[in-house]
Amino acid sequence: MNGLGTPAPELAGRNIIDLHGIVKRFYIGQPNELEILHGIDLTVKEGEFVSIVGASGSGKTTLMNIIGVLDRPTEGDYILDGVDVGKAKDRELSGIRNQKIGFVFQTYNLISRTSALRNVELPMMYAGVGKKERIERAKYYLEMVGMQDRMSHRPDELSGGQKQRVSIARAMTNDPSIILADEPTGALDSKTGRKIMDIFHQLNRDQGKTIVLITHSNELAEETERIITLKDGEIIGERRGSFAC
Amino acid sequence: MLIGENILLALSGLLANKMRALLTMLGIIIGISSVIAIMSVGNSISSSVTSSMEDMGVNNITLGVSRKSTDDTVTSDGRVFAGISRGSEMEDGDYITDEMLEEMETAFADSVGSILLSESAGSGTAEDGNLTANVNITGVNAAYLENEGLTLLAGRTLTGRDQEEGKRIVLISDRAADNLFGGDYNAAIGSELHIYVSNRYYTYAIAGVYEYDDSGFSTESEEDVTTTVYLPLAAAREQNHSSAGYSQLTLVTASGVDSASLCTELENWFNSKYYRSNDSFEVTAGSMESMVSSMTEMLSTVSIAISVIAGISLLVGGIGVMNIMLVSITERTREIGTRKALGATNGSIRLQFITESIVICLTGGFIGILLGLGLAAAATKLLGYAASPSVSGIIFSVAFSILIGVFFGYYPANKAAKMNPIEALRYE
Repeated sequence: MNGLGTPAPELAGRNIIDLHGIVKRFYIGQPNELEILHGIDLTVKEGEFVSIVGASGSGKTTLMNIIGVLDRPTEGDYILDGVDVGKAKDRELSGIRNQKIGFVFQTYNLISRTSALRNVELPMMYAGVGKKERIERAKYYLEMVGMQDRMSHRPDELSGGQKQRVSIARAMTNDPSIILADEPTGALDSKTGRKIMDIFHQLNRDQGKTIVLITHSNELAEETERIITLKDGEIIGERRGSFAC
Repeated sequence: MLIGENILLALSGLLANKMRALLTMLGIIIGISSVIAIMSVGNSISSSVTSSMEDMGVNNITLGVSRKSTDDTVTSDGRVFAGISRGSEMEDGDYITDEMLEEMETAFADSVGSILLSESAGSGTAEDGNLTANVNITGVNAAYLENEGLTLLAGRTLTGRDQEEGKRIVLISDRAADNLFGGDYNAAIGSELHIYVSNRYYTYAIAGVYEYDDSGFSTESEEDVTTTVYLPLAAAREQNHSSAGYSQLTLVTASGVDSASLCTELENWFNSKYYRSNDSFEVTAGSMESMVSSMTEMLSTVSIAISVIAGISLLVGGIGVMNIMLVSITERTREIGTRKALGATNGSIRLQFITESIVICLTGGFIGILLGLGLAAAATKLLGYAASPSVSGIIFSVAFSILIGVFFGYYPANKAAKMNPIEALRYE
């Protein structure tokens, strides 16, 4: 990051996500345009555990897609870990998703025909990591989420909680700048959801991972360091979570 | 590295959906197996026909007197009937005579080696008391006998003197000697041979016994086999009361002569010199070489026809593959979205699905090759030829399978590659 090799004191608090004046419009038919996001300014610092909350229709999914580089903003700038996403080509966006973002989806999105291990290997495959190292790293992260005994199982042989653990391991393998979790406990019972949240806390605390949690559950949001509330495409509030550790 | 992964992935996908995969591959399997089968069968037929024709001598040219084509009646469906009009029977003047042959030998001294003359004197049963043997009686000249390359087991061959004098002495096969003389060849020599041909007995003296060469085409049992009894040509002609000439004969060409062009030259020479004023007949010449090439030509025409059908089958098969790829991509929309979220580029998605399509086609192709070789082996066995798998057919099939995979896989793969990741991820 710093080519001069001098330790930068501001590194600890540097911005990983820097959104400035983000506007997203969708064109539905000729005269109609639908503006979902009306100029969002948001920064997330390295090592933060942030939650974005909002009712459905608040634009939280659209914002997540932009943060996750799955979509481009209509207006505004987005600097992700020092990279200007707005200027990147499609091919480069694939690389950014691969290297800098770890996705955790509500519905897990594991590839059903292959083993847990293979699923975790996938991001490394697209990164061009050699087979030996891939397996080594995949095993390491599966162990970290407590899935060492079920590595060769296919997703349909795993419970919801286990699937989500696999998908967290998958999100971690390329050591991304941020973990972007979209309702990660939405499909789980509260006990299992608790365990998954514990894993996120652990990743944030022990490994200093920056985590952005998108949820509509205020209860979960209260556990995070900072809660960003979205309503009708605008940030209407920012506060510290009451149970943040 | 990704390609290896993609191949494994595609194979596991095929195994997960065996029935669907098989039905998808059916068109490819049928197409490839018919190409392989026809090419292999064609290969076996032409190689065994060629080799057996070569045994008979590719250097040989057959001269024959045949009806002029204008005298033939051609029916509307293309069948040819020999003209029943005036001059339909060969008369004395229509035959090739000894004088013509002498002149020809002088004119073509450089290219014609020897003239093989033969005349059938009928076929029948040789009898000695209760013992019988089936025989063909063939009158031959010295050059013909020499060209046959017989191995004499007992007695002597027919000499030039026998030929000149037209003696009624013959060479018989060991099979005939086995049947008639219980295998005692020496007893056979000098014995009289009575042959019953079309209600008449002919009697000859046995000069020698030759070894019968079983060419493998015979379907008769060892005892019933019909073998040739060689007789001096003059004796056969006398027996047939024929003196006019020959309707068919064989020329052995000198080595290094292009038999195809010699055929044309011979035809022109005979027809302009002797048959110009003959209304009904002309001389035609054909070489083994030209027979082999016309045989090969016919086979390749059949091959092309079947290949066209196979091509249509492959086209339909390819469309089937494209169809199933489109279905597969729709089913796996979320997978595609996930892969894109995890960092797959459009190129790697495209590569994944093209690889899958190639794997389907290649698997189909391999099954088709095995099936085709099996069919060819069965067919050649049935026809009695040696199986000869077509290597070029196999190479062509593998290459064509890959080509179909790429061609029919590209559109679906491209569709997958261009999917919007957000929509793909949200796809239910």
